[in-house]
Amino acid sequence: MKVALFVTCLTDTFYPRTGIAVVRVLEHLGCEVDFPEAQTCCGQPMYNNGLHDEARQLARRMVDVFEPYDYIVTPSGSCAAMVRDYYAQLLADDHAYEAGAHALANRMYEFVEFLVKVLKVDLAKLGVSWSGKATYHYSCHLRGIGMTDEAVQLMRQVKGLDYVPLVKMDQCCGFGGTFAMKHSTISGEMVRDKVACIAATGAKTVISNDAGCTMNISGACRRQNVDVTFKSLAEVIAEGLGLLDKEM
Amino acid sequence: MTSAPVKNRSGSAVSPASAGVPAGVGEPVALTLRGHDLLFPALPYRMRERVEAATRDAQLQQFVNHATYVKDELRKEVFGRTFGDRYESLRQLAGRIKQHTLDHLDYYLERFIDNAQAAGAIVHFAVDSREANDICLSIAKRINARLCVKSKSMVTEETHLVPELEAIGCETVETDLGEFIIQLDHDAPSHIVTPMIHKDRTAVGRAFTRELGAPYTEDAETLTQIARVHLRNRYRRADLGISGANFLVADSGSLVICTNEGNGRLCTSVPRVHVAFVGIEKVVPDFRSLAVMLKLLARSSTGQPITVYNHIMTGPRRSNEPDGPQEMHIVLIDNGRSAVLDARTREMLRCIRCGACLNACPVYRKVGGHSYGAVYSGPIGAILTPMLKGLANYADLPNASSLCGACYAACPVKIDIPKYLVQHRATMVQQGIMPWQEWLMYRLWALSLRHPASYRLGGWMQKTMFRMRARTAGTLSRGDAYTARGWLSSGVGGWTQERDMPTPPARSFRQWWRERGKTADEH
Repeated sequence: MKVALFVTCLTDTFYPRTGIAVVRVLEHLGCEVDFPEAQTCCGQPMYNNGLHDEARQLARRMVDVFEPYDYIVTPSGSCAAMVRDYYAQLLADDHAYEAGAHALANRMYEFVEFLVKVLKVDLAKLGVSWSGKATYHYSCHLRGIGMTDEAVQLMRQVKGLDYVPLVKMDQCCGFGGTFAMKHSTISGEMVRDKVACIAATGAKTVISNDAGCTMNISGACRRQNVDVTFKSLAEVIAEGLGLLDKEM
Repeated sequence: MTSAPVKNRSGSAVSPASAGVPAGVGEPVALTLRGHDLLFPALPYRMRERVEAATRDAQLQQFVNHATYVKDELRKEVFGRTFGDRYESLRQLAGRIKQHTLDHLDYYLERFIDNAQAAGAIVHFAVDSREANDICLSIAKRINARLCVKSKSMVTEETHLVPELEAIGCETVETDLGEFIIQLDHDAPSHIVTPMIHKDRTAVGRAFTRELGAPYTEDAETLTQIARVHLRNRYRRADLGISGANFLVADSGSLVICTNEGNGRLCTSVPRVHVAFVGIEKVVPDFRSLAVMLKLLARSSTGQPITVYNHIMTGPRRSNEPDGPQEMHIVLIDNGRSAVLDARTREMLRCIRCGACLNACPVYRKVGGHSYGAVYSGPIGAILTPMLKGLANYADLPNASSLCGACYAACPVKIDIPKYLVQHRATMVQQGIMPWQEWLMYRLWALSLRHPASYRLGGWMQKTMFRMRARTAGTLSRGDAYTARGWLSSGVGGWTQERDMPTPPARSFRQWWRERGKTADEH
């Protein structure tokens, strides 16, 4: 199975360890992973801010770059949602790309979704073992791609992982891309709420699978002196399989 | 700013000085803004000032944030328990019914009018607030109305009807408990369904003491009794009853109102004349469609299986009927709606005003309804208000959203609110409403993303700059993953006001991949 990794801009720069974990876990599960280096950004910042011509150009690039692959996997529900929910609409009048946009949308998966829906993994059978008390933040754009509790299902299969549900698990953390800068007061209140819920769990690790949310919540936790570590589920699984050093 | 004096509604002397009354009781509340200005601010409206005030208001943070969360959880629980997986197809059906009706609104409105008139109602059509209020005022003058009882209606907030009735000498009493208290406090509703969500029972106790001369209490049942006694007397004496409508049934010409307090029923049946203010989008084809809507409305609003009083009125009192009004007027109000009927935005008019999107919205939870500066707040307000009042006048509203999609997930008629927020943003770009500096920034950013080389350069510059700053700040040498606060300026300054900035690791994913290609990755 030929799988391309769409790493996304934030993960590339800020959280490369998540990208590495995705590659190693997928390879461990028998996928042939490639990273097409021509990839850049899905265009979501432009789309969300109303610059649809600019977003369209980036969407066309994405269609071209990922054309040769059976599946495209990304460690971000948000970027997956951009491709799956909005590309077809953006490229609806573009005869050269309309079909490609649909095809890309059908082959694009968020990493956890890919594990559950395509590879149908059972982490218990794989022998994933990771000890610690962890809670989980549900990223908003998972709604857009129809994901519900897939990550929680996987977390429950990890031996030693003590999962503590987060109150308001699915309430937005306030990131929203440029929203966090343009409406920082509102965004700040939203993340304050999230940090309080995290602190109340007593967990030492927060599992967050979208780089944007992680940047936002972890930065706010640190500002408010809430001492927790953030990891993506990909990192937890990779650590649990001995594919990544815990302290790396 | 309206400067009407805060007056005692009971007409009796205010005597608050009993023991146990909190400080300030009996004195007019020092409001910086009166109801009218809260919903009709100077344009163009900018939300920053009210947002800042709301976030500093500990009480508002506590009440609104908590109440909305509880309601939203209840809504999810009730739908899950009642409909399970079929909820999705139910709301899909509801959305299609409303969409179909809007697609053929001319047909269904005509049908409604014909049937309502056949049942004896008098149907009026008003293009805007002015026309709507004039119709009502002329009715009030003709019957020489001195006292009017009114049930809850958002459209009358739009047209600002009550002060105009009072100006011609017709005292008008809001009978919905929440609206009654809002009226006593000269405040404005901050939620479509729960107008006083920003207040608690101590505010009610204070208002009753100050305005009605009642002994101060915080006991909910006693407060309800006080309101009940006060209002009963008004129903009995009123000449005019005003209501809104939740739905209009085209097939029968019926008007449907859903209330939990029974006040709507009294307003529309006791006074001899009933005037209903209704937006033109409220029509549904028939009773089968109505049944679908009623299943969704109460559950979405309050988590109840059904609203306590569902009042279906078809025409005024008939000769063989013991009660009901002698005259029934239905004022169909456009007030900007036909502009929203454009195919690109028509879906917004599906809204049945259940308030579920407000309760689900993490932004609304933090800023409250008055921050939206208009009659309709929350996510639906953020898309509807710019349509009704001009995008340039409310440019902040579509932007003040993280596009989290909680509203779309909560909407019982499946209005894709995030899509319309983005559509408004795109229109603002096209119309040059977005500041040019911001526009230029996105253009340059997008340009750099069109080529892998410039993308890599951008990523490298970002990483290097962030790491340099972290080194200067001393966090890098300590092995700290974050840069100290407050160093980012201008455009991204908002970020570090609230959070620390993670420092990018020395090696990007892309670099790792390239190095791995050279050396063959060893686990």
